Amino acid sequence: MQSFNYAKPASLADAAAALAKAEDGTLLAGGQTLLPTMKARLAAPSDLVDLAGIAELKGISVSGGTVTIGAMTRHADVAGSAEVKGAIPALAALAGGIGDQAVRNRGTIGGSVANNDPAADYPAAVLGLGATVRTNSRSIAADDFFTGLFDTALNAGEIVTAVSFPVPQKAAYVKFPNPASRYAMVGVFVAKTASGVRVAVTGAGNGGVFRVPAYEAALAANFSPSAIADGVISAADMNSDLHADAEYRAHLVAVMARRAVAAAG
Amino acid sequence: MPTVSMTVNGQTVSAEVDGRTLLVEFIREHLALTGTHVGCDTSQCGACVVHVNGEAAKSCTMLAVQANGASVTTIEGLSEGDDLHPMQAAFKDNHGLQCGFCTPGMIMSAVDLAKRNPNPTEAEIRKGLEGNICRCTGYHNIVKAVAQGAAGMRG
Ligand SMILES: Cc1cc2nc3c(=O)[nH]c(=O)nc-3n(C[C@H](O)[C@H](O)[C@H](O)COP(=O)(O)OP(=O)(O)OC[C@H]3O[C@@H](n4cnc5c(N)ncnc54)[C@H](O)[C@@H]3O)c2cc1C
Ligand code: FES
Ligand code: FES
Repeated sequence: MQSFNYAKPASLADAAAALAKAEDGTLLAGGQTLLPTMKARLAAPSDLVDLAGIAELKGISVSGGTVTIGAMTRHADVAGSAEVKGAIPALAALAGGIGDQAVRNRGTIGGSVANNDPAADYPAAVLGLGATVRTNSRSIAADDFFTGLFDTALNAGEIVTAVSFPVPQKAAYVKFPNPASRYAMVGVFVAKTASGVRVAVTGAGNGGVFRVPAYEAALAANFSPSAIADGVISAADMNSDLHADAEYRAHLVAVMARRAVAAAG
Repeated sequence: MPTVSMTVNGQTVSAEVDGRTLLVEFIREHLALTGTHVGCDTSQCGACVVHVNGEAAKSCTMLAVQANGASVTTIEGLSEGDDLHPMQAAFKDNHGLQCGFCTPGMIMSAVDLAKRNPNPTEAEIRKGLEGNICRCTGYHNIVKAVAQGAAGMRG
């Protein structure tokens, strides 16, 4: 790891200021992605701005059909939250299936969405529920937020403060985890909402998380596993690596989607 | 260099460290508590698991400065003198280790699991230990040990 300056500001304004004056500063949340990346020397920031001292970034609130989760809220807190389990059980279950307990005790929702790993779980819930990502300067709709592999609509220095999820009528997330890391080889989030059905797929696409309009239309007409047809997903759009080739991933998307619809009930 | 202060196994410790110092380096090299192991150094194996404010964390994936002000428990802090913690005793009784390299992290994760879920099923134990890798035992006796250790912790 290269050396860096470390700061732990107590407010969002101080964090933004610390980041602005750093030569090549990076935000530190749970560190479960950033620290391994720095240890591998794939990142070498001049400054780390630790968000752990900012109280306003932590916590979960439910009001008027919306669940809002602060950026520094850990996966374990979301998984164990009675409020989240009551309002969007699929979201609590998704958080409880990320990595392992030690990772869930440190990793945060803000870090996960900002990182936009193509195999991460939260992006599927954010896109599948049509959530809104809130930052220190604006609100970004999920459909505009995820822009490619490890890429988001965030500007340099922009800080995610919270994610707001509308409560769906029903929803479920089913993933085929990589047996070693538990990252999604394919994960499908299905949600039925007042304004229609949304289906988001993570782990599979060669451009990161994506929606499947053909599944959404079919499920809007008939919300049952049999509505998910084979052959909709093209292997040409899938990721291929040592864990699974593109054709296998394309097949798994339909299988996971059917299981998610069945689980949503 | 930043100064870090924390409580480790009940004792207050304070030191000036390079900001890059990992929590596991602080524990092993500054405090000479070598029970906490480094198996992979890439956040995968769980040999380095300690408790930070009572919760399992991979100490190779945390900076010492992130634990500033925290209360940390390592494997050395579990037993009371020569009396093994019930989870340690259960690993001994059930032959839950061979080379022992994974054992400190395994036990720290198992104690965290049993605190959250005092009576875990076999499936829950296997799921709860997903972040801890053992290359010797095949896990069978570890799972038995954790069930007994959890029972011992219930009292
Ligand atoms: C062994 C292991 C298994 C894992 N398995 C899974 C899994 O199954 N599924 C899964 O989804 N993830 C998995 N993860 C990743 C984990 O969920 C991470 O916690 C997460 O990806 C990053 O969150 P973090 O809080 O640790 O962020 P960090 O590592 O601290 O930061 C990640 C990136 O986001 C930026 N960032 C952080 N917070 C903000 C913010 N508020 N605003 C703007 N930018 C920010 C940082 O600058 C950095 O670039 C795994 C990790 C490990 C080590
Ligand atoms: S040494 Fe920390 S997880 Fe392997
Ligand atoms: S006993 Fe050898 S690695 Fe687990």
